[in-house]
Amino acid sequence: MLYKKKWPLLVFLVPGILFMLVFLYIPFLNNIKNSFYDMTGIVELPGMNWKFLGLDNYKKMLSDVNVRIAILNSVKMMVLTVVFEVGIGFVLAVMVSNIKKGQQFFRTVYFFPIVISATAIGLMFKLFYNYNGGMLNQILEAFGKEPVNWLKPELALLMVCVPTLWSYVGFYFVILLTGLSDISDDIYEAASIDGCTKFKQVFYITLPMMKTVIGTCVTLAVTGALKVFDLPWVMVPNGAPQGLTHFMGTYMYQTAFAMNNYDYGSTIAVVIVILGIVVAKAVDFITKERS
Amino acid sequence: MKKKKFNVGITVIYIVLILWALTTIFPFVWVILNSFKPSAEVLTSSFSLPKEFTLMNYENAFGNMNVLNAYKNSSVISGSVTVGVMFFSSMMAFALTRYDFKGKKILKSLIVASLMFPVFSTIIPVFQMIVRMNLANKNIAVILPQIAGNLSFATIVMMGFLSSVPIEMEEAAYMEGASPFQVFAKIIVPICKASLSTVAIFSFLWSYNDLFVQKIMISDNMKFPVSTLLEDISSKYGTDFGLMAASVTIILVPVLVVYCFLQKNIIKGLTAGAVKG
Repeated sequence: MLYKKKWPLLVFLVPGILFMLVFLYIPFLNNIKNSFYDMTGIVELPGMNWKFLGLDNYKKMLSDVNVRIAILNSVKMMVLTVVFEVGIGFVLAVMVSNIKKGQQFFRTVYFFPIVISATAIGLMFKLFYNYNGGMLNQILEAFGKEPVNWLKPELALLMVCVPTLWSYVGFYFVILLTGLSDISDDIYEAASIDGCTKFKQVFYITLPMMKTVIGTCVTLAVTGALKVFDLPWVMVPNGAPQGLTHFMGTYMYQTAFAMNNYDYGSTIAVVIVILGIVVAKAVDFITKERS
Repeated sequence: MKKKKFNVGITVIYIVLILWALTTIFPFVWVILNSFKPSAEVLTSSFSLPKEFTLMNYENAFGNMNVLNAYKNSSVISGSVTVGVMFFSSMMAFALTRYDFKGKKILKSLIVASLMFPVFSTIIPVFQMIVRMNLANKNIAVILPQIAGNLSFATIVMMGFLSSVPIEMEEAAYMEGASPFQVFAKIIVPICKASLSTVAIFSFLWSYNDLFVQKIMISDNMKFPVSTLLEDISSKYGTDFGLMAASVTIILVPVLVVYCFLQKNIIKGLTAGAVKG
């Protein structure tokens, strides 16, 4: 190593480490600790001591219907993100890689929703879904159909998933397109000389060669699905209707910050972390085994 | 040279690609268009051009909603987060790629591990701390956790870049008596311009677009940044379609303008690290 004196190291490292210690690592551990206590308030006041609960909060989760809905919805969201975000992203990427004109245009346009805040996108779709004169019902009306309550219990979850999925397709599209451009043209040329159709090339050349990139995308999509909060919260606050559209993040927020049940909120947060690690390991295992 | 003939496959591809492009363009055009109509007109004919071009919704938004103030708050918050993340991440990356020390491996894996901490798992204790320090409803309450939240990823991006930079230039400067701090400021920072701009872009956008932390830390509606203000408008005036469309447009347009100029950098910035995994 070049630099002989070690003390400047401290100046470079300490501010960053301090930040992460104070705002990431210690809170992370404190959050786990909090989940075992009965928190009488966000801050422990004298005379209002927190009682040690042990595993009570975790036992409570087992019988909590909302937790079950939230976990189920989050898992559904993971599956949908993989199928639609990565799936559509892949199809579009393969298509764009096959054309000559307009590649840059499609990249720019497809990526645009990602830079827009989920809050704004949520509001926009609220306008589309509105029962009285929302965009979708105006279209139905033009065709002489009855207006639909798009956020009714049977439809709500689907209608919340649509904008979430739609807005992120471009992200995976760009990553996959970059991956595609790394595959040499010679391989495709050789294949087509051997009489392999374009369609077959996708299955026998593109997919196998893109395994790592697709694996990365799937991991990002699945862990990203667990972080969903802004968009559902704006469109259907508190899991409306009847808590049916709760995801792990929105249920955690509602419990902790709307109902001030901080310890139970912490417990949900711990479960989010565990779920994230389990799913990431599972994806890792599946993609590793194949390759 | 390929034969020039009408290719059905390519035509189909273009049609599909254009259709998807329409789904990403049309919703935004629809919103912008409707922001210039009175609410009653949005309810009946949202697909036509405004009969009478009106700025009423904007007067309403800027007059009653503190939009300018929200922009100011958001700029201060996201600006500070961006500068903080650039500063701390580049210093850490420099230390981690140019020095050998005990516990370096552990530190590196701790940084990678913290990527697995979703904001949900740290926010309650952070909020406790903010309340105890009497910082709630202040910009700094959003800035501090957001810097920490972006720091690990930024450090990984910077380390990736710095470890590929040859050490010769620094060596020459160091041998001639420059201190590590001078080397860092005069050589490392200029070399890192491209990756620093990547870090700046994703820190800024993540911070600017994030509703969750803003919502928890700031409850005083005079101090709302953009995202919380937008959510507030929707819960209070959700039935006023014209105002809602105008509010979304107000948030949309600055980002759209910046995106037009910097789209290549932004796309690179937000997908950084993903490809390398």
